[in-house]
Amino acid sequence: MSTPLVSVSHLSHRYDQHSVLEDVSFDVEEGSFVGLVGPNGSGKTTLIKLILGIERIQKGSIEIFGKPVQRFKNKGHISFVSQKANSFNRGFPATAKEVVGMGLTARSSLFQSQSNVNEQIKQALEYVNMTAFANQNIGELSGGQQQRVFIARALVSKPKLLILDEPTVGVDTDNVQQFYQLLSTLNRELGITLILVSHDIGTITTQVNDLLCLNKNLHYHGDPNKFEQLSNEERSTFYGHDLNVITHDH
Amino acid sequence: MLEALLNYELLRNTFFTGLLVGLIAPLLGTFVVVQRQAMIADGLSHVTLAGIAFGMFMQKQPMSTMITPFQFGMIFSIAGAVIIEKLRSMYREFQEIAIPIIHSLGVGLAIVFIALANGINTDIYSYLFGSVAAVSRNDLLLILGTTIFVVVIVFVLYKKLFALSFDEEFAEVSGIRARFIHYLFMILTALVIAASIRIVGVLLVSALMTLPVATSMRVAKSFKQTIWYSILYGEVAVIIGLISGYYLEIPPGGTIVLTAVLLLGLTLLVKKIKSLGRIEGEHS
Repeated sequence: MSTPLVSVSHLSHRYDQHSVLEDVSFDVEEGSFVGLVGPNGSGKTTLIKLILGIERIQKGSIEIFGKPVQRFKNKGHISFVSQKANSFNRGFPATAKEVVGMGLTARSSLFQSQSNVNEQIKQALEYVNMTAFANQNIGELSGGQQQRVFIARALVSKPKLLILDEPTVGVDTDNVQQFYQLLSTLNRELGITLILVSHDIGTITTQVNDLLCLNKNLHYHGDPNKFEQLSNEERSTFYGHDLNVITHDH
Repeated sequence: MLEALLNYELLRNTFFTGLLVGLIAPLLGTFVVVQRQAMIADGLSHVTLAGIAFGMFMQKQPMSTMITPFQFGMIFSIAGAVIIEKLRSMYREFQEIAIPIIHSLGVGLAIVFIALANGINTDIYSYLFGSVAAVSRNDLLLILGTTIFVVVIVFVLYKKLFALSFDEEFAEVSGIRARFIHYLFMILTALVIAASIRIVGVLLVSALMTLPVATSMRVAKSFKQTIWYSILYGEVAVIIGLISGYYLEIPPGGTIVLTAVLLLGLTLLVKKIKSLGRIEGEHS
């Protein structure tokens, strides 16, 4: 078997006295579409930050392409789409094109050809169907359109792994469906490995091909279809939450 | 004025300095405003004043130093920026508290040193409100050096500063060294504030960094345009303000800032008339 793209082993993490992750281990294979679910405060965001290398590991290890995450320097290979609503100022005077260009920032140099950069930005915008809005101000776009621009920003560096943290928060229901379609295309056509974080377990299990249920510990890892077939009660235990699990029966 | 410019070195120095400051204040101001940090200029300008007063106090001492009050101002401003960053990392949940702390520290020190250096004199007056004839050749050279430094760094780091201002988390994920660049940016801001004081004075530095940006944001279509228009508005305000200040014998701080306010008002008015015209056009 080939080296997994992400390999997490015996990872634990705490903030002050408060434990957020306990002995979490799993692998993410290249080309998979992973759903990471768990209730609010279950440690999802911390786990993502650790994988992205913006939070220091306390216990356990994470390897990206077989290399410890601390030493993984090829940042363009991993990209990130966050909860749009929290992360930007709507009045910011930037066009969609300028925002997408930020995805190339870390690897850009002064002497890079501008036409090459523009071409990459154009392609990324085309991919998410936002070419017509390239010169529009980001704040003037709808929630769904903004999220597409942020996907383009994450795609422009041609990542191997794309992590999305609750990307549908603030996107209206009609657009959510389109959004999932886009993700599935990215996964199948471009071969990008996806990790999609959500607290809404219902929708996500119908989209992904590998499911992780997290609530401090890893409660379930495996086929989302098998998870769907479990009884509500069993699912609640895996989900690590006694409240009702919202299910979407299709 | 042209004749006076040719004949009087101090006036010439002021005019050149004005053009330099009209470039760098709105340039950095654009980043400061979009990061919602407009208050920082007020905080640091008062720390600069404390430095200037300290310099004047030191000049009165028998063992006088080689450092001029203006240079002390720059040193204090940079130190103030570093302290703000330290306070921000100490008060993670109350980051805005850093500015009032540094602001009051600046005012407190300034009052003490002004009193020790024998009270308000014309020098202090020119630092508070700006002056058309107070810029020495040394000051001009120092501000020229500052301008070159600031412009080069912003040019080299433009994309990174832009990405960080927009979304710090994404910038970090993509491998930008956020802390280092942020520190550097704070030091640039401190330098620009100290330099601008020579022309517009302590009380109005923040106006020169924010008003042209506020005007520009109403008309610009992109971030790059926002920067270029800010500089344009900044330069127009400086030039009109310096000339009118000279003829009316008013400190240029007042005339420059009022010109900037006027430009803002006119821009808003023109925008309003245009949008009304558009609505009317749609109805007819």
